[in-house]
Amino acid sequence: MSSVDWKNYEPVIIPDIKDLHKIDVYKKNGGYNGLKSVLTDKKKWPEQKSVIDEVKAANIRGRGGAGFNAGLKWSFMPPADGGPRYLACNGDESEPGTFKDRKIFEYNPHLFIEGALIAAYAMQVTTIYVYIRGEYKDYIDMMQNAIDDAYEGGYIGKDILGSGYDCDFYVHSGAGAYICGEETSMLESLEGKRGYPRVKPPFPAQKGLWGRPTTINNVETLAHVPGVIKNGAEWFSNIGAANHPGPILYGISGHVNKPGVYELPSGIPVLDLIDKVAGGMRNGKKLKAVIPGGSSTPILRADMLDGITMDSDSLRTVGTMMGTAGMVVMDEDTDMVDMLWRIAHFYHHESCGQCTPCREGTGWLEKVLLKIKNGNGEIKDLDLLLDITTQMEGRTICALADAAAWPVRNTINRFRDEFEARCKKSVHAVA
Amino acid sequence: MAYEFTKEDLEEIEKIKAKYPEVMPATLPVLWVAQKRFGHVDPDVQKLVADTLDLPHSHVHGVASFYTQYYKEEKGKHVLDVCTCLSCQLCGGYDILHYLEEKLGVQKGETTEDGMFTLNEVECLGACGYAPMLQVTNDKYVNHLTKEKVDELIEMLKDGKSPEYEKIGMPQRENI
Ligand SMILES: Cc1cc2nc3c(=O)[nH]c(=O)nc-3n(C[C@H](O)[C@H](O)[C@H](O)COP(=O)(O)O)c2cc1C
Ligand code: SF4
Ligand code: FES
Repeated sequence: MSSVDWKNYEPVIIPDIKDLHKIDVYKKNGGYNGLKSVLTDKKKWPEQKSVIDEVKAANIRGRGGAGFNAGLKWSFMPPADGGPRYLACNGDESEPGTFKDRKIFEYNPHLFIEGALIAAYAMQVTTIYVYIRGEYKDYIDMMQNAIDDAYEGGYIGKDILGSGYDCDFYVHSGAGAYICGEETSMLESLEGKRGYPRVKPPFPAQKGLWGRPTTINNVETLAHVPGVIKNGAEWFSNIGAANHPGPILYGISGHVNKPGVYELPSGIPVLDLIDKVAGGMRNGKKLKAVIPGGSSTPILRADMLDGITMDSDSLRTVGTMMGTAGMVVMDEDTDMVDMLWRIAHFYHHESCGQCTPCREGTGWLEKVLLKIKNGNGEIKDLDLLLDITTQMEGRTICALADAAAWPVRNTINRFRDEFEARCKKSVHAVA
Repeated sequence: MAYEFTKEDLEEIEKIKAKYPEVMPATLPVLWVAQKRFGHVDPDVQKLVADTLDLPHSHVHGVASFYTQYYKEEKGKHVLDVCTCLSCQLCGGYDILHYLEEKLGVQKGETTEDGMFTLNEVECLGACGYAPMLQVTNDKYVNHLTKEKVDELIEMLKDGKSPEYEKIGMPQRENI
């Protein structure tokens, strides 16, 4: 596999253009031409389906964590029947280690708005909601301003750009609940309820908001759409890794010199991201472990990283995945027991409690890990933890239970010595 | 205590209702309007929200209690939400939490006697690259915390000033 030339990459989602968040600047730089094209160029885009096909061919894999082809998801919407249809944009951004969508809200909100409108037109959606976590008060305000300007510019509302297409666009603020990032929980929250994930089927494309067809996409996913429309599917799919193409907003946090969000192609070597992009390890320490894409993605030991690149195929070979590309980097001083307990605490705190294996399981994981952390664990507790993870997986309404189980299983398996060393010495035969 | 929305609040609530095909979806945004007005959404405020929207009290109560950002009781004048989640933990989030506990003379979850500060430990706030960090009363993020920066923040809040939005540029970009 040829390596990705990331050093010469020019950002397109967050390009180096001053004041791009302002609608005039955005327009001057070709903004809203993609929307104009799909709405008015009937030769190029004879019907909505042609837009969906182009996006499908580009293979924009969902940036919210699951990596599903966006165009393919759009094609699941049933034929329009004259009733309301919805696009719900996911800006809940609450998976620990993830802090990228906020960069779009701040630096290029119109790119996301344009992408959402193209998606909405392609699926004949009548109303778009963007759900933003309540803590992002400043970004909610920024998005609202951008939407107001787009209404004023005739890009949202009635008869958009004289095409006869009508679509509204509203911001909905969350109020503190990680689970509302799960797509059906988000729909419940939009409907004004507690964020309890829904049993599937029916899937949102059939019965989403208020029982009507609804598609859910992550904010970054939609921000990739205008580029695909303007430059073509092939342009997009030639960026980065073949099976997980396109630009990625990598969020890098933890023990590196230059943490932050970097826009680069997919398929970058993990070690380049740490050493060259993020400025290497802080205080000259040695790298110990990396969580590649948010707290639920299985952790990698430093010795597993040779030749591994940031794309689903390569990450799968070491038993992990891309997730949200929110990479958490840990140095040699990191205490794996403490770290894992903190992740378990998070998932326990955020479980909505509907399903017994999740409600009880996340509680047990946290409790047993706390016992080990405090020096009261026994070796058999490690096997108990692994056993609990098995009982949680695949048995619940939503994937939070899996997200809680994976890091526990993988961190214990990959750092078993360290966990055993923390267990009671009387049980562990140390002289 | 009897709470009432102002005329402007009621106008805003009408605008909110127009965004949705039904009234129930207005529950979260109207709870936000109420919290902005009264500083909390205690059971009396929840009742006001329910009556204003003509929804059952039990519904509004259920929603208010599900979401952590709604204050179900009166809090300190300033609420300090310190993140100790994964990336913040790795970068010293607990040191900041403990420093604040010591400095303010309260444990997490408590309010200072003078009613100035409530201190909380919270989950990831989506600022992981700028750890350790905290949020002030559901509003501004204060990033890259050190003890000195915490001292400055507390002084500033005591002086009646609020922190500014901390703009964090893209590390790759020169111009913004
Ligand atoms: C517990 C849980 C939390 C999630 N949180 C988020 C989130 O904060 N943001 C997000 O975009 N997707 C989140 N997701 C994924 C969404 O359910 C959904 O797959 C995604 O928004 C779809 O958009 P995409 O296909 O464009 O990625 C979460 C999933 C689970 C199970
Ligand atoms: S898996 Fe957990 S978070 Fe998801 S619905 Fe069940 S209890 Fe709730
Ligand atoms: S872990 Fe603290 S902001 Fe994400």
